[in-house]
Amino acid sequence: MATKLVEVQKLKKWFPIKGGIFSTVVASVKAVDEVDFFIYQGETLGLVGESGSGKTTAGRTLLKLLQPTGGKIQYKGADITDYSPTQMRPLRRNMQIMFQDPYGSLNPRMPVGDIIQEPLDVHVIGTRKERHDAVTTMMETVGLRPEYEKRYPHEFSGGQRQRIGLARALILNPELLVLDEPISALDVSIQSQIINLLQELQQRLNLTYLFIAHDLAVVRHMSDRVAVMYLGKVVETAENDELFDHPLHPYTQALLSAVPVPDPDVKRERIILQGDIPSPVNPPSGCHFRTRCPYAMPICKEQEPAVVEAAPGHTVSCHLLTKK
Amino acid sequence: MDNREVLVDIKNLRTFFYTEDGVVPAVDGIDLTIHRGEVVGLVGESGCGKSVTALSIMRLIPNPPGKIIGGDIYFHGENLLAKNDEEMRQIRGDKISMIFQEPMTSLNPVYTVGNQISEAITLHQKIDEAEAKKRTIEMLHLVGIPEPERRYSQYPHEMSGGMRQRVMIAMALSSNPELLISDEATTALDVTIQAQILDLMRGLQKKLGMAILIITHNLAVVAEMAETIAIAYAGKIVENASAKEIFRSPRHPYTYGLLQSIPKFTEKKTNEPLPAIEGMVPSPYHMPKGCRYNPRCPFATEKCREEEPEIVEVTPGHLIRCFHPIES
Repeated sequence: MATKLVEVQKLKKWFPIKGGIFSTVVASVKAVDEVDFFIYQGETLGLVGESGSGKTTAGRTLLKLLQPTGGKIQYKGADITDYSPTQMRPLRRNMQIMFQDPYGSLNPRMPVGDIIQEPLDVHVIGTRKERHDAVTTMMETVGLRPEYEKRYPHEFSGGQRQRIGLARALILNPELLVLDEPISALDVSIQSQIINLLQELQQRLNLTYLFIAHDLAVVRHMSDRVAVMYLGKVVETAENDELFDHPLHPYTQALLSAVPVPDPDVKRERIILQGDIPSPVNPPSGCHFRTRCPYAMPICKEQEPAVVEAAPGHTVSCHLLTKK
Repeated sequence: MDNREVLVDIKNLRTFFYTEDGVVPAVDGIDLTIHRGEVVGLVGESGCGKSVTALSIMRLIPNPPGKIIGGDIYFHGENLLAKNDEEMRQIRGDKISMIFQEPMTSLNPVYTVGNQISEAITLHQKIDEAEAKKRTIEMLHLVGIPEPERRYSQYPHEMSGGMRQRVMIAMALSSNPELLISDEATTALDVTIQAQILDLMRGLQKKLGMAILIITHNLAVVAEMAETIAIAYAGKIVENASAKEIFRSPRHPYTYGLLQSIPKFTEKKTNEPLPAIEGMVPSPYHMPKGCRYNPRCPFATEKCREEEPEIVEVTPGHLIRCFHPIES
């Protein structure tokens, strides 16, 4: 039985909106609103959803880069929800993040060798020589030439910069890596190089990934299990093939049917959703998806659907599955 | 072969940019034919020259630093490159329209969307304001915007990304163009919204019969939309064929490599690595000698490194630029 490396229960992250002369909280952006998921040791959990669904916030709150508004985060069985920054510090070595934007996430005034070495300096690991050797090894690991260590980020292409970001995230030898849209800013022919690198390193270094992405083809290729988010909620979680072959939630079904397929002979039955994703400040009552759902019923407006296990490991929250 | 009338015929187009760091041959000998009512996909990675081709057709290349230094662009048999600015203004936004990736920056934030579409209409059609407003509301309705009368007096910031892109399409189609150029128009949108917009474009194309040039890096989008596909690499078209041929029997190693390297949404998960294309797109300042794909090509020979291949028709309607095409 696989062990859970990290688990969140009823995780909540609300961002206050301040207004009025006293800057009182007038409303909240409910970016992540009572979300449950877990990640097994050594697996990749794909977290998918459209913009505004809260997937990035979920990833950052999981790492406690954002302090959760409510709920519980467990890392290796320990409740880290209320850990202070000092308590978090030793844990941070084990949980790292790689960002989407290969241009904004690297300090333009630092040579890449220093960028990659910085986490070692911060955590005061090894002697100066050991740190430098670690950088050299890590640059080779991610496919960068070590002699480029004195160069600055602007001298590298987008794909190479993502390798730098990955090297920085891996230098502390973490267990958990949150990949926040790591390839979506890259050219098509470079994407596959980075995907292969991520998969190879996962095997070699026994990494656990939370893979946040909106490209469902890439998520299918990368993930062991997949969680689908819509407007701050996880609506469906299942193993990869189970989710893609038997989606149960109407949103997952629509999302999957909307993906264009690179084959002109494939004519797919398409569920075209009406309208846009509502504002997370004021989400619809009951089920958040009901305003766009083709099967919405009166109960969807009144009650939030409970999470049900439709098949082993396949959880869905939808009233269609709870009614007799 | 296509018996339809040729609408746009681009011959050996060359658009260069003269920058402080050197000359960028953004488009270096592109040939492309679009028939009346045809949907053509122009696909490539960043820097392949696909957007510059579109801007060249529209004659919107910023000069300096850019300049169309060679070739011809025929529209209904007339060379657009020989037109003066006034004549181009008559064609642009009337017979040829364009929609862009970023609907927020393409719309003016201080005018209502209704105002902006009406302006486009009155510029090209001799009708009064009331008539233009009526036509604008019709267009908003056509592109599936609910409550068009209310939306008419809204500003771009009051709309979502998908709505704004619909407004852009309404504006582009308001003059009933013969050619619509869509430059990565759905790239910034979420997948469910992208499906809405592609569905809308397909429907309007059938209804209004205009030709569409779809410029994108997304092979799946052109597979769904286009009849004919041209693959561009480093300023040149490397392969041009029907969508079926491109996906069923790609002949150019680049096309083949690209198709192999993208993860397949419909296939079960494997732990096999993707067959990736090695290396990266060449720097525009240092284009490789010979075939521009040769440093990344697994089939490259001495000849590829020395000589540049011409684009040739290997089977009827299937053109490639390669000395060592993949057997079909």
